[in-house]
Amino acid sequence: MRPTRRPTANGMALRGRIAAVVEVRGCVVAACATALSAMPAGAGVSSSSFLHPLGPVAAAQKSLFYDINLLMMIVILPVFVFMPWFAWRYRRTRRDSVYRPEWSFSLPLEFLVWSVPTAVVAALAWLIVAREVPLGPYRPLASDKPPLEVEVVGLDWKWLFVYPEQGIATVGAFAMPTDRPVEFHLTSDSVMQSFFVSGLGSQIYAMAGMVTQLNLLADTPGRTTGRNTQYNGNGFHQQRFVVEAMDDADFAAWVEKVRADGVPLNDENYRSLAAKGTLALARAKLARPGMPADRIYFSGVPGGFFQKIVRKYASGPMPSSLAGPQPVAAGMVAAHEAR
Amino acid sequence: MDRLWFFFFGTLNYDSLPFYSTIATIAAGIVVAGALVTFGLITWYGKWTALWKNWLTSVDHKKIGIMYVVVAFVMMARAVVEASMMRLQQALSFDAPGYLPPEHFAQLFSTHGTIMIFFMAMPFLTGLINYAMPLQIGARDVAFPVLNSISLCLTGGGAALMMVSLVLGKFSTGGWSGYPPYTEMAFSPGVGPDYWIWAVTLSSIGTTFTGINFAVTIYKKRAPGMHLFRMPLFCWTSLCTAILMIFAMPPLTLATLFLALDRQLGFHFFTNDAGGNMMNYANLFWLFGHPEVYILILPAFGVYSEVIANFSSKVLYGYRTLVVATMAIAVLSFTVWLHHFFTMGQSSAVNAAFGIATMTIGIPTGVKVYDWLLTMFRGRVRFSVPMLYALAFLILFVVGGLSGVLLANPAVDYQVHNSLFLVAHFHNMLIPGLLYGMLAGTHYWFPKAFGFRLDELWGRIAFVCWVVGFLLAFMPLYALGLLGMPRRLVEYFDPDYLPYTIVAAVGAGFILAAFASLVVQLVVSIRHRDALRVFVGDPWNGRTLEWSISAPPPEYNFAVIPDVKARDAFHDMKRRGVAYRRPKHYSNIEMPMNSMLGPVVAIAATACVFGIVWHIGWMIVLGFLTVWGAVIARSFVRRTKRIIPASEVRRTEERWLAAVSKAPLIARDYETSPANRGLAEAAGA
Amino acid sequence: MSSIDKKHPGLNLGRSDPGAHQDAEEIVFGFWVFLMSDLVLFALLFATFATMIGRTADGPGPQEFFDLKSVAIESALLLISSFTFGYASLAMKYRPEPMKVVRWLGVTLLLGIGFLGFEVHDFVTMAGKGGTPQTSGFLSAFFALVPTHGLHVFAGCIWIVVMIVQTLAYGLARDVKLRILRLGLFWHFLDIVWIAIISVVYLRALA
Repeated sequence: MRPTRRPTANGMALRGRIAAVVEVRGCVVAACATALSAMPAGAGVSSSSFLHPLGPVAAAQKSLFYDINLLMMIVILPVFVFMPWFAWRYRRTRRDSVYRPEWSFSLPLEFLVWSVPTAVVAALAWLIVAREVPLGPYRPLASDKPPLEVEVVGLDWKWLFVYPEQGIATVGAFAMPTDRPVEFHLTSDSVMQSFFVSGLGSQIYAMAGMVTQLNLLADTPGRTTGRNTQYNGNGFHQQRFVVEAMDDADFAAWVEKVRADGVPLNDENYRSLAAKGTLALARAKLARPGMPADRIYFSGVPGGFFQKIVRKYASGPMPSSLAGPQPVAAGMVAAHEAR
Repeated sequence: MDRLWFFFFGTLNYDSLPFYSTIATIAAGIVVAGALVTFGLITWYGKWTALWKNWLTSVDHKKIGIMYVVVAFVMMARAVVEASMMRLQQALSFDAPGYLPPEHFAQLFSTHGTIMIFFMAMPFLTGLINYAMPLQIGARDVAFPVLNSISLCLTGGGAALMMVSLVLGKFSTGGWSGYPPYTEMAFSPGVGPDYWIWAVTLSSIGTTFTGINFAVTIYKKRAPGMHLFRMPLFCWTSLCTAILMIFAMPPLTLATLFLALDRQLGFHFFTNDAGGNMMNYANLFWLFGHPEVYILILPAFGVYSEVIANFSSKVLYGYRTLVVATMAIAVLSFTVWLHHFFTMGQSSAVNAAFGIATMTIGIPTGVKVYDWLLTMFRGRVRFSVPMLYALAFLILFVVGGLSGVLLANPAVDYQVHNSLFLVAHFHNMLIPGLLYGMLAGTHYWFPKAFGFRLDELWGRIAFVCWVVGFLLAFMPLYALGLLGMPRRLVEYFDPDYLPYTIVAAVGAGFILAAFASLVVQLVVSIRHRDALRVFVGDPWNGRTLEWSISAPPPEYNFAVIPDVKARDAFHDMKRRGVAYRRPKHYSNIEMPMNSMLGPVVAIAATACVFGIVWHIGWMIVLGFLTVWGAVIARSFVRRTKRIIPASEVRRTEERWLAAVSKAPLIARDYETSPANRGLAEAAGA
Repeated sequence: MSSIDKKHPGLNLGRSDPGAHQDAEEIVFGFWVFLMSDLVLFALLFATFATMIGRTADGPGPQEFFDLKSVAIESALLLISSFTFGYASLAMKYRPEPMKVVRWLGVTLLLGIGFLGFEVHDFVTMAGKGGTPQTSGFLSAFFALVPTHGLHVFAGCIWIVVMIVQTLAYGLARDVKLRILRLGLFWHFLDIVWIAIISVVYLRALA
């Protein structure tokens, strides 16, 4: 198993403490694994899961997952032990055990049953503050390289990836250079969808007329898959794509190949692409020789292409939502355009 | 001709019939045949009048409670079959289309979820509360008996609409939460979302009334001496559930009505364009949806509190703690709705706040689990069927708690949101949490309601199937979720998923067997009812007031309203030797008269919304006017009460007291033997 | 269990009709709980309106057609109707003859109908200027909030009619009194909601 990345100093501090019981942790995680009916470990792991991370976000989520399991054992194991024990020890057929039918309260016990869960929840809350907040989808990832901009459009039932700097776009596959952060801006030209690459990290909704953001990074070359997780109709199960993390040279070569083989992303081609249907259906209309079997390449993406799709729905000024100001829109689209 | 057709039948036509697929045709055939057979049998035995007079128009809380549970069981039958169909599909659909087309699969997960929440879980818990709560507080009925009947009938109307949707038209494919814009006209032009909207709306209005009714009953109808802090814990959880219903159902009603306005009249609440905002829907829906989780689970907590204390022959440990914890859960449940959409793009700080609030609910919940454990400590634990469910709950529920805490952490949620991990989590809460509780409650109170116990052996068989079925069906889903498999997949392409989906399908088979065992148990119990009779009314050496009267109880419940001196009132009465006392004198008892308002309102309301679904104008108008006309007409009915004369009360009570004096005192070792006629050896642990 | 001196919020019949007062305990409490639930509904309608205020989708905004003069008249009518209902309640409590109650209820009804008339006129005018709920999210929210209040007033008017008929038919019987008691709570509740509508919808949107 690869060593996991620690996103913050706070995380490290906790990790330090946990490292002291690292063997215990191993055992407990194994126990968890049994309890959860086989948490895959080692060989045979699905490459499309965060249990086999390709980048620091997924790796941090994985270690967070194990740490929470570990912490929770403090309150869960007693139930596993005491429930069968009490039930058996005080079974009716055993006449010689102590019987206190009117006993109903004990202050020390009461203190214990309130304080232990409270302490565990306090620790878990601290885990959120210390280790979740740095993992927020909107937070830029620290790196000495400038992030790669990718704009994502959710369609029925495929994802369109636009690389504005490179002037290219792809469907069905998404390539990224390793050790360089990728900054996604997402919208939908259809219903609400949820963009998710488990092996890299977080998922985030894509909604029409709004822009959401996601920051991910791959630190290992490799392949994984991503998909939409928000049900959006008959082709939902087909809405997946290949993610390829490669080094800078390979990425540059890939961009060139897309540019060479791609069809132009003009209005007509976009209409064909955006029509309701699976990737295969769109390929029947748009694919050219040279494009691999499971994808479509576009070149000559006009500037402001993504913004135009957002603007389609975002007419008039749009105030913030009940949920929080971030995923919206007018101001943000403008800021996005300015950049 | 076409215009005439439209006038009478709206958009209904031949294409609305389910002949587009064999499976749909068979399903519709079963519904129609089932309805015909039921009607036929009722007609054959000439039971229509009895059904109408004794049941449908009855406002007796006991009968209404029983009818709620019947609705729950009928709807559970359908939803369990649907669940098995989906598990089978996934076991067969690795890189293959399986046997269900995508649209049909989507209808299945939508109806399964909608039915299980609104037409299985809600009626089940409402039924149990209706039956037991007034008896436990020493009342003769709920505060508003006719309103109670209206609530029941509206829920029944919603359930009927769900069944009709199998035969006419296709149901929604938008899931039980019906997220727009997918469910908007632009993306779901059929009648499916309309069926969903109106079935849910009928049920949510009924549930709001139920909440008002229960809350007022508990505040105002308690017997003298039954202080709030002397109430059985089940009444406390009922009270919290009722309060949650009052506050949490309006957001749902509003969300569904907004969606209906969008779809039918072209409003722009949740549309993509013209300034609609789908995020408002997510907020409104989960502002209902999260408290709903506690509406579902709290009554089950109440049942467990009763069952564990009773079958440990011990007073409940930490009564006040449990009350405080229940209240805390109820209040906190309104502060966490955002955790259902951590991934909608709000800031990390907001997510963190809601994540921490969510985990805070884990504290009182954890305390409850420990209090139940301590209730067994130094008790005399009997492994009767209700207790078995409670024990299985204790173990399995904490597993659900663990996955809940994982989901409450936004960073982990970013990974498992919308995945089968989530599906496993909420089934983990709803099957061992809610359903086991409801089944435990059914076993526990069935002898009270019908006068005979349920068969023990088949109860145990069903229990084993439920536990094995749950473990096999849902533990693999946790693993699948971690492997990145999203929910609602009709087909998948990752070979790693296959073994897990096969195990889960086997588990679904066990759950089908569990449900079948319950049916067998009921049949066996009815056949052997004479050997199982417990007319005296206290088969389990109960501690609370409902056990102090005959089984089944008389219509008026208590000949004399009991004077409560302590918590665990009946236990206290038995200890002081004042149980089964002959009253000094009998007096007339005033009871509410039957009313046809409930069925009339519900039939008219269901017709009205059916008209909206299919654009049948006259049906909408007629239904609407009938609803309000009936309500106004009812207000002109002056004679709403009838008197049960003292002589009749005396006859009923004397017959029962005679049975009491003849019944053998039963020690707990012989609890499940035919000798048990419902008179418990008071000292017996 | 309820003594005559036990009070519930709102008008108490108290010693003027001990029997009805005792029955009111449960019934009026239940109605308060119902109003609470209804208030949640309105609160969410307000919240929805607040989030949709700017979502005019290039359509007309509040400045284009809110008519404050009309709103002022509507407010006056509704507030006065609450006052006249108060007289109906007092007459019910202290006067034995039902006609007094009927007369005050009649006045309240007329004021309510007047309110509805002006409100419907407002809506028609708005629609004439292109302000239909189909135009934008903002107008959808407006037409969800304000007409929901209007529908409540309409239901209240029908209820008043029913109570006038019942008062004439049965006199001030116990069940009639209890219904007027609840109708009163409902009617005053609508006034409070209306004041919130003036502040949140009309004044705020124009500010």
